[in-house]
Amino acid sequence: MRKGRIIIEVDRCKGCLLCIAACKPKQIKISKKMNKTGYNIVEFCDEGKCNACTLCGIICPDAAIEVIEIIETEKK
Amino acid sequence: MSTEKTIYKKPTSLTDRPFTYCWGCGHSTIHKLIAEIVDELGIRETIIGVAPVGCAVFAYDFWNFDVTEAAHGRAPVVATAIKRVHPGKTVFCYQGDGDLASIGMAEIIHTANRGENITVIFINNTNYGMTGGQLAPTSLIGQVTTTSPNGRDVKNYGYPIRVSELLAQFEGVKYLERVKVTDAVSVIKAKKVIKKAFMNQINGVGFSMVEVLASCPANWRKDPIESNEMIDGEISKYYQVGVIKDVK
Ligand SMILES: Cc1ncc(C[n+]2csc(CCOP(=O)(O)OP(=O)(O)O)c2C)c(N)n1
Ligand code: SF4
Repeated sequence: MRKGRIIIEVDRCKGCLLCIAACKPKQIKISKKMNKTGYNIVEFCDEGKCNACTLCGIICPDAAIEVIEIIETEKK
Repeated sequence: MSTEKTIYKKPTSLTDRPFTYCWGCGHSTIHKLIAEIVDELGIRETIIGVAPVGCAVFAYDFWNFDVTEAAHGRAPVVATAIKRVHPGKTVFCYQGDGDLASIGMAEIIHTANRGENITVIFINNTNYGMTGGQLAPTSLIGQVTTTSPNGRDVKNYGYPIRVSELLAQFEGVKYLERVKVTDAVSVIKAKKVIKKAFMNQINGVGFSMVEVLASCPANWRKDPIESNEMIDGEISKYYQVGVIKDVK
């Protein structure tokens, strides 16, 4: 499986939850943290299940999500 | 050992200023898509946008390229002038449904009829967002707005206008398509359509307009997910998504 992680730009996120609905492996959740505009933001769960599909980034209206693919370079 | 590669991020044609639109607002998604397209086509130095009056009035704060501002409804005329003076630039106007289909109806009709070689991005969110959710020419039959508290009644307000179908009759109009941005698949599709509308201008094809069914969660009194469901349901039932005109 492809592996990835995301970085959420706190001050762009509005906690609209569209990314949560788009993420099939359920790796994004709403957090209790608030950004400077007063929105409850979302956070990445980081359970190793992100497959770098980019759907969260594509649906994010606010361009708040950067998707990073993790590429294994050495086989164990 | 592993290496990391960024495969999706904010386009460089957006500034670092977070959008001031409400949560889940369709304007944000479309701003992002336009910026991605400008990056991909490498036209950041040669594109000029004309912003409307409405929630997108501050679009120039968010796009990292030249954007000017027109009086309410007059964006297609300002875009016409810019394009005629600078035929080598890619010129687009970005307008809401109050701006384009109400106060600016005359301007869009004549600009389309003249077949100006510009691109129009028409944001149909079925109400006047900025001023508090009043009825627009595009509001659905029965839609409750602040000026139709009992729902749009055709006897008093007439029927919702399908602007894209209206413009299709003009010979000067070369491309019309209606899209939505309610999930990742439709966002990808919308991006292709908007890109084509810009490419048409670059290739000298002529007047192209993309109508985007956009959400206005704040005035619809719905959350962003419910708002997108409304677009997938009753809104796209009345305003069918797809190609309306495509003259090759
Ligand atoms: C000449 C003039 N008349 C009226 C207004 C008030 N006004 C500001 S925005 C707006 C409607 C905007 O609605 P829409 O174009 O649908 O854009 P949205 O805010 O929904 O994106 C109106 C009537 C104005 N600014 N100028
Ligand atoms: S009022 Fe509606 S159109 Fe305006 S920013 Fe809010 S959600 Fe978007």
